Amino acid sequence: MIEAIIFYVFAFMTITTATVVVTVRNPINAALFLVLTFFTSAVIWMTLEAEFLAIILVLVYVGAVMVLFLFVVMMLDINIAQMREGFSRILPLGIVFAVIMLLLMWSVVTDDIFSIESIATPVPKGADFSNTKALGAVLYTEYVFAFEIAAVILLVALVAALSLTMRKRPRTKYQNPSDQIKVRKADRLRIVKMPSSSEEQ
Amino acid sequence: MESVYLAIPLASLAGAIIAGLFGSKIGRAGAHWVTIIGVGVSCLLSLVVLKDVVLDGAEIYNQSVYVWMISDGIRFEVGFLIDSLTALMIVVVTSVSLMVHIYTIGYMADDPGYQRFFCYIALFTFSMLMLVMSNNFLQLFFGWEAVGLVSYLLIGFWYTRETAIFANMKAFLVNRVGDFGFLLGIAVLLTYTGSLDYYEVFERSDRMVSATLQVIPGLDWSVITLACILLFIGAMGKSAQVPLHVWLPDSMEGPTPISALIHAATMVTAGIFMVARMSPLFELSETALSVVLVIGATTAFFMGLIGIVQNDIKRVVAYSTLSQLGYMTVALGASAYSAAIFHLMTHAFFKALLFLAAGSVIIAMHHEQDIRKMGGLKKYMPITYWVALVGSLSLIGFPGFAGYFSKDAIILAAQNADIPGAGYAYTMVLLGVFVTAFYTFRLFFLVFHGEERMDEHTRSHLHETSPVITVPLILLAIPSAIIGWLTIDAVLFGGYFDNAIIILEQHGAMAAVAEVFHGPANFVVHGFSGPVLYLAAGGVISAWYIYLKKPSIAEVFQRRFNFIYNLLDQKYYFDRFNQFVFAGSCRGIGHLLWRLGDTLLIDGLLVNGSAKLVGWLSGVIRHVQTGYLNHYAFAMISGLILLLGWVVLV
Amino acid sequence: MSLHLSHYLVLAAILFSISIAGIVINRKNIIILLMSIELMLLAVNLNFIAFSHYLDDLAGQIFVFFILTVAAAEAAIGLAILVVLFRNKGSINVTDISELKG
Repeated sequence: MIEAIIFYVFAFMTITTATVVVTVRNPINAALFLVLTFFTSAVIWMTLEAEFLAIILVLVYVGAVMVLFLFVVMMLDINIAQMREGFSRILPLGIVFAVIMLLLMWSVVTDDIFSIESIATPVPKGADFSNTKALGAVLYTEYVFAFEIAAVILLVALVAALSLTMRKRPRTKYQNPSDQIKVRKADRLRIVKMPSSSEEQ
Repeated sequence: MESVYLAIPLASLAGAIIAGLFGSKIGRAGAHWVTIIGVGVSCLLSLVVLKDVVLDGAEIYNQSVYVWMISDGIRFEVGFLIDSLTALMIVVVTSVSLMVHIYTIGYMADDPGYQRFFCYIALFTFSMLMLVMSNNFLQLFFGWEAVGLVSYLLIGFWYTRETAIFANMKAFLVNRVGDFGFLLGIAVLLTYTGSLDYYEVFERSDRMVSATLQVIPGLDWSVITLACILLFIGAMGKSAQVPLHVWLPDSMEGPTPISALIHAATMVTAGIFMVARMSPLFELSETALSVVLVIGATTAFFMGLIGIVQNDIKRVVAYSTLSQLGYMTVALGASAYSAAIFHLMTHAFFKALLFLAAGSVIIAMHHEQDIRKMGGLKKYMPITYWVALVGSLSLIGFPGFAGYFSKDAIILAAQNADIPGAGYAYTMVLLGVFVTAFYTFRLFFLVFHGEERMDEHTRSHLHETSPVITVPLILLAIPSAIIGWLTIDAVLFGGYFDNAIIILEQHGAMAAVAEVFHGPANFVVHGFSGPVLYLAAGGVISAWYIYLKKPSIAEVFQRRFNFIYNLLDQKYYFDRFNQFVFAGSCRGIGHLLWRLGDTLLIDGLLVNGSAKLVGWLSGVIRHVQTGYLNHYAFAMISGLILLLGWVVLV
Repeated sequence: MSLHLSHYLVLAAILFSISIAGIVINRKNIIILLMSIELMLLAVNLNFIAFSHYLDDLAGQIFVFFILTVAAAEAAIGLAILVVLFRNKGSINVTDISELKG
């Protein structure tokens, strides 16, 4: 009973904040409302007994990614005036698309396969069941390869972001090894013939 | 003996190759020596073969020398068939060719293409030898085409002259028409007998006698008749019978030696030779023999008539050749194959002689060929005069000379033939005697007798030509005079061709002639009892009267009978017709295909059209690439929705 | 009434369609586009968690783990591109970026 209430309340909040995210004009507001969306969905995940991931959602996603979003939004010099333009005529089309998509997915999701007869209601786990421990036990044994690849992906993202945005400051001195190797004698040495001063005497 | 047979064509070929490839290195003398030695060796060996066949009575040699390929059971090979017919032909070909080679030293002395000419005439000798020595249709066709090719090269020898190029194209194209028929004929024979070898075809020819073919649905044609007529079409092209005769007078554009060699003595006789060789086939079809007879008779008479109005010395002799080829064809049609070959041999000698004598006159007259500008050359060129007289007498059939025996044999055979068209043929060859005598002596009197009509400059330079030219003339005059008397008994009635030519019982023309023949002397006397001699005499006397006594008669005739004169002058409008109908329609079709097919369809529609289509299409499609991010996202989402919808609903 | 799997799945579907609408109607701001993508990923994560709970299989949560990783990486790189784009163009209006126009 309580579960149902919690679910409906937070589901409603999630949907509302998500709608606000896409409709609000100011991107800062949109980012903040997206943070709120993540919070409410973290609560829903908790009710689904995925405690670890719910906390990770808040810590990593909200704490890092959304903060990054806010950084970028505030860093870019966005023309607020332009932001105040209204929605174009494309709004009805967008709504139509969304509704069609929703109807299609609804028809699949509420099928008999996912009904209460086919899938039994799971038994809630006890209080001393550690979701984190269970995840850890599986993650470092069965899925260790994927784990390592995820680490590589993060490394790649790091390098990519750096290489995309880093600007070279003209005053910093640095070495270019390939140029150092390609140098020729003519670049470094110039022989100047001068008459010997001793002969004139 | 096999190496002798191989050496005969190969010696000439070797001469041709050396002169052709290394002509500039070995120089003019080298070129003519190497080809004369080559052809001389061929001639000598041909005489050896003749002696072997005639005097020693050798067996027929029918062997394959080289198998090119065997495809689907048909053998494509190079082989030799040496029998009496072949032996006679190779002697004729090589001896005339040798005379022409020697003659050319003098005639083409100051021509820049000297070595090229010798290469060509030696190559021609090789091709002709391959043709006559062949034992299968493939090699025959090879030789056929090769002589046609060399003829083309030689007619257009002075290729910077437009008329020469026109003439050699004409010769090649008209020959092509004949070759088309020839090839179809070979194909029919191949289909029904499954072989290209002569003897195998002859053995299996009875399959074709009763078989019929439907070329046009509903109309049955006898296969053997069809095959023979198609083969004869090839002969018509090569031996210049009406209507495929139009190329021969134009071929006089080539130098005189080749007019003598190719267009009088050897190449044009290839058709006659081929029909004689195919006598086992032709005998089986009376229709084909009638066709041969009628066409030959038409050619014999009507071509002679054109010779009367020609003013170029070589053209007169060319039309004479056409007429005499008609005589040979008449003999073939009357199943008197041996008479045809006999006349072929005598004609080769006296016609080559007449051409070479004409060449001698042309050289003396500084390349003037119009007989209206000649006259009274007897006292300036005595040797040429006497040999030309011998040749002319032989041509008209003066009793005792070679031409008399062969011509009279043909006329008697035509008289005794009884297939449809024989009566027409007999009339034509008889009237042809008068016409032949008339134009021959018209030419003779206008050139060698009468008032001198050349200009002062030319007259002062008139002298007999060098021995290099006159010696071959004399050497040719000897057989023109005596070979008839010496060989008629053996060749026509002594069973010389028994192993080569087959004549069926019901075609008894030659047998009838054999009954009246009792030796050459008797034959000469017998001539006085027939109409032939008197017609010939009448022709000579008329020519003498009109052209020497009263030249004005000729002009009166020309004015009075202007229509006939124009008809003859325009060669019965054959050339005009061919040019307008065949050449014109070909050009028209080509033009149409160029305009519509090439320019409009292929270039415009397919090539340019497809390019324009691609351009238009891409111009339309590129508007999809707007560059806006949200359009792309929009497209992706639409695609996703469609996919989802399809999976869910379908 | 008792909750069942289809409720969570419907919630996820709604979130997803909201984010689709956000992508389509957004014309002014690339950042909003990126945020809509994050919403999409959130919806998918919710799906996975729900299935993991109802099918009693930890693999769903492991998958969410990795989706979070990748989503973080992708957001970082996307924002980096955005920063570079802003540096070169001076605007983040979607309609101003049409260099790929064909």
